[in-house]
Amino acid sequence: MNKPTAIELVNRNLGRRRRAEKRFKLYGICSIAFGLLCLVVLFTDIVRNGVGAFTAHYLKIEVTFDPERMALQDINDPMQVALADYDAIIRAALLQRFPEVTERKQRRELFHLVSSGAGFGLQRMLEQEPRLLGKSREVWVIADDDVDLYAKYFRRAPGSRLSEQEINWVEQLLADGSLQKRFNRQFFTSGDSREPEIAGIKGALMGSLYTLLVTLLLSFPIGVAAAIYLEEYAPKNRWTDFIEVNINNLAAVPSIIFGLLGLAIFINLFALPRSIPLVGGLVLTLMTLPTIIISSRAAIKAVPPSIREAALGLGASKMQVVLHHVLPLALPGMLTGTIIGMAQALGETAPLLMIGMVAFIVDLPANAMDPATVLPVQIFLWADSPERAFTERTSAAIMVLLAFLIVMNTLAVLLRRRLERRW
Amino acid sequence: MTVVEQTVVESRPMGDTIGIPFIDNAKFSLRNVDVFYSDKQAIFNVSLDIGKNEVMAMIGPSGCGKSTFLRCFNRMNDTIAGCRVSGSLKLEEQEINHPKTDVVPLRARVGMVFQKPNPFPKTIYENVAYGPRIHGLVSKRIELDEVVETSLQRAGLWDEVKDRLDAPGTSLSGGQQQRLCIARTIAVSPEVILMDEPCSALDPIATARIEELIAELSENYTIVIVTHSMQQAARVSNRTAYFHLGKLIEVNDTEKVFTNPGHQLTEAYITGRIG
Repeated sequence: MNKPTAIELVNRNLGRRRRAEKRFKLYGICSIAFGLLCLVVLFTDIVRNGVGAFTAHYLKIEVTFDPERMALQDINDPMQVALADYDAIIRAALLQRFPEVTERKQRRELFHLVSSGAGFGLQRMLEQEPRLLGKSREVWVIADDDVDLYAKYFRRAPGSRLSEQEINWVEQLLADGSLQKRFNRQFFTSGDSREPEIAGIKGALMGSLYTLLVTLLLSFPIGVAAAIYLEEYAPKNRWTDFIEVNINNLAAVPSIIFGLLGLAIFINLFALPRSIPLVGGLVLTLMTLPTIIISSRAAIKAVPPSIREAALGLGASKMQVVLHHVLPLALPGMLTGTIIGMAQALGETAPLLMIGMVAFIVDLPANAMDPATVLPVQIFLWADSPERAFTERTSAAIMVLLAFLIVMNTLAVLLRRRLERRW
Repeated sequence: MTVVEQTVVESRPMGDTIGIPFIDNAKFSLRNVDVFYSDKQAIFNVSLDIGKNEVMAMIGPSGCGKSTFLRCFNRMNDTIAGCRVSGSLKLEEQEINHPKTDVVPLRARVGMVFQKPNPFPKTIYENVAYGPRIHGLVSKRIELDEVVETSLQRAGLWDEVKDRLDAPGTSLSGGQQQRLCIARTIAVSPEVILMDEPCSALDPIATARIEELIAELSENYTIVIVTHSMQQAARVSNRTAYFHLGKLIEVNDTEKVFTNPGHQLTEAYITGRIG
């Protein structure tokens, strides 16, 4: 028998090698499929739960802006306009719609159909158009959250908190088209509220925006400057080793520790107010700095040394080498680290609880010094609320957070692509 | 072998170099140069003069320290952590190796071309204009245009790139890139050009082009070239220095070194027995 030739041996093994290759590829595909599956489950669940919050039921009533009933004497006095009793004219309009209701208990149930926050809408109308005073106008006022939930989910399923009488009225209103589902603008234009139907995400969104702005403005320049110094200037000795170890450690410190640090330093020592985005941004800066420094150093290290030598050989000073050559080439990598850091900061809750950004804040923050909350904390607060209607708002807030994240990352990726250069 | 001395003493003997290391009116006067990488010594007590408008070739087997030695001439060894140079290195009257010597003007006087072409990831124009710009050699755009043009012309690249000065420098071929690097170096008007194996990454045609260029440039510049190719050293240089294991073995006129080497190590190297 002849000894097999080399190519025969190769061919003998070929099938096994091909199978191993296929298996290897399959592992990768499986991992990606698993990841995608999780993502799909998560997203469908969030969207299914949350999409309802983008619509709300509105009730059409004929409101008469009766100054007497509203206890409004002088339309030109903004104080009086603000304090006027709008609920009274809504109640009057409801009674006009259902004249058969006379009994006290029934009346209370009837008034319950409209949100207790509906008066704000009328107030805004009157402020914009003072000549409405004394006139009647058909308006869409926001319905109570229980009415909204009944109309959305419980017409065919038990579990509504409405009484039989209320269900009766709601069905009547739905039948003649004066209770309608509309786009919930309020969700995007107002701050938090105890009433789910008028609670909005804008306060938290603005809070997140200001907080991240402060974080970005501080952590990017500080992180990049630290990275440049450590990579380009610092001597390699025990001190810089010590600093390096500490930066790596800081990246792994639980974020709540940074919250405690912020509480102790920024609020107790520097006496900055609680709950403000400025302090939130400072705390998140401390948290994201290690990430940015580490990735920036890696980006600087990745700049080919030949470029540095070329510039030095021409007589460029160290600063010129850094500013003209190293930084432009390292910037895309630095931005990647910054994106990761900012995404982390956007989702961070724990350290912000420590500095009071968990407070119930109705007003929209106008700048970084106004009390505010942030999106993840708002999600936490709503998830914790007993009202059924907050469930869908929680999911809707998560969708807003994800959208914010996607917009932020897209901008950063576009910016990075513009800066990227090949060599 | 001799014992390594850590301290520099002025009266130290000049090593065992044979040939003619010292000349009159030298551009560079290097005396008792030692170079250490951390604890490892790379250059042992080298003394050498390099004349004005001379092409000095430095040859020797790999790892003999000729590149290390070349990088002392413009203090590029500063960038290497743990590298220490001792001895006296004078560029005319200026002491290069003095801690107070500012490397920025030094490197403006002593330009360098590296082994691998390393154009900046910028346009061809920007590559050449960079040096004059950072040193403030020109004030007007039109002057800068002129410097860029003459530099590219002297590097023999102008005709090939004049229509695409805005193309990235990295889009050129290897030989063109190396000539671009030479143009970039001479745009600063240095007195000396150091070349660290400038042709090792190039094909024979591009190499021939660079060698022609060296011959042209030697009219105006002092050139020190490290090379692995003995033919190249023979073709372009006036004097040749042979290094072996960190020591300068022999320096002489190029013709003399290649036809009648004085040291058996030199002879062994040029006849191909070591390398």
